[in-house]
Amino acid sequence: MSGVRVLVGTRKGAFVLTSDAMRKQWDIAGPHFPGWEIFHLKGSPADPERLYASQYSAWFGQLVQRSNDGGNTWQTVGNTFAYDGVPGTHQSYDGTPHPWEFKRVWQLEPSLSDPDTVYAGVEDAALFRSSDGGHTWHEFSGLRGHGSASRWEPGAGGLCLHTVLLDPTEPNRIFIAISAAGVFRTDDAGKTWRPINRGLKSQYIPDPTGEVGHCVHRIATHRSGQGVLFMQKHWDVMRSDDARESWHEISGNLPTDFGFAVEVHAHEPDTVYVVPIASDSQHFPPDGRLRVYRSRTGGYEWEALTEGLPQRNCYVNVLRDAMAVDSLDSCGVYFGTTGGQLYVSADGGDNWELIVRDLPAVLSVEVQTLP
Amino acid sequence: MIRVELPALLRTLAQVDGEVTIDVESEATQRSVIDALEACYPMLRGTIRDHISQQRRPFLRFFACETDLSHEPPNAPLPDAVASGAEPLLIIGALAGG
Repeated sequence: MSGVRVLVGTRKGAFVLTSDAMRKQWDIAGPHFPGWEIFHLKGSPADPERLYASQYSAWFGQLVQRSNDGGNTWQTVGNTFAYDGVPGTHQSYDGTPHPWEFKRVWQLEPSLSDPDTVYAGVEDAALFRSSDGGHTWHEFSGLRGHGSASRWEPGAGGLCLHTVLLDPTEPNRIFIAISAAGVFRTDDAGKTWRPINRGLKSQYIPDPTGEVGHCVHRIATHRSGQGVLFMQKHWDVMRSDDARESWHEISGNLPTDFGFAVEVHAHEPDTVYVVPIASDSQHFPPDGRLRVYRSRTGGYEWEALTEGLPQRNCYVNVLRDAMAVDSLDSCGVYFGTTGGQLYVSADGGDNWELIVRDLPAVLSVEVQTLP
Repeated sequence: MIRVELPALLRTLAQVDGEVTIDVESEATQRSVIDALEACYPMLRGTIRDHISQQRRPFLRFFACETDLSHEPPNAPLPDAVASGAEPLLIIGALAGG
């Protein structure tokens, strides 16, 4: 019988949760790496037993962990992330030049075909790749070498490359998103990159429609790679239809279009989920009501999903990497909160159940669908 | 033989209990001790000093013999009591909490 493995990164360790396809009874293992911030952990599509985890501490810096047995045991691998050449500068919060400095790994994205190949999105923003199971890391310096890089500036969370999307239909194509620079695409396996931010409008930057500078919180697309690309920006929910060249707004009837997470249904490329958050200064749901919003039409028209979610006195946040879907026949949707709750809907969002209530603040959620 | 006391999270990472003891071939300095420590426990690489700059991580301190050695040059000799193993080199995480 098939099942799922949910990988949860938190402020104080990693948790691995497993269930059968019913998604009612859960085994919870962890915390792995107790006391460490686990920004992200993810399994290889080519070998589900191979997992990678980003382990960080303000005291001890960055580590990368690897598991070859589905998270039962782990080993440290390489943690040297050296920028190519002279790193140069980006803008600081006040607009002054600031040298590029490696801080942490936000995202680990395993290759779609090779368990030993994994991409790392880091702060200060850059993309690295390992082809030896995480032992050594090499930068795609063409990204940071893009002519606009000196104008990139950090969002409140830092100048982070937080999203890496590998295109299953075109192996040489990768999308990445940086806060606050925008979305970039390579079509030559990482040698050259170009910003694809046309249509974005951000009032908080000097040129609201500029080529770069947009605080993109998350991008997502259907796992086939052939669907629409969706974006939760600082403000505004956006979509791109034209080979991801430009964007238009689909916020529609959302109660607020600020938020962090966005995810796409496993079987319906036009069904998309967001979690509206009150504002950039109030990182909690509007009116204290935790609501996931679903659009079955690729945006514009949204419905609130509330069954099983707290509808009063709820003031948690759902961070950018804390929502995921499984690919069982009845698509499961999962999200974690800064209050340590982990929710699942086994029916595409209609009904929600609490898997666990009191984890540390959840930073990331990933799901593996197991045979 | 040099005795080193690690912060709790690094003891867990290195899978050791209590102090660790290491042999240092050359003169005992911060650099040579950390070099030897990282050779014995590769998982500690990058956790005490930055990979690239080789600088002590800003939230860590080095104490020994009731003295703060954090700002001593990396190649300065450690106190004789540390070099002889009579006293440990303490690697301490800066206090935080509230």
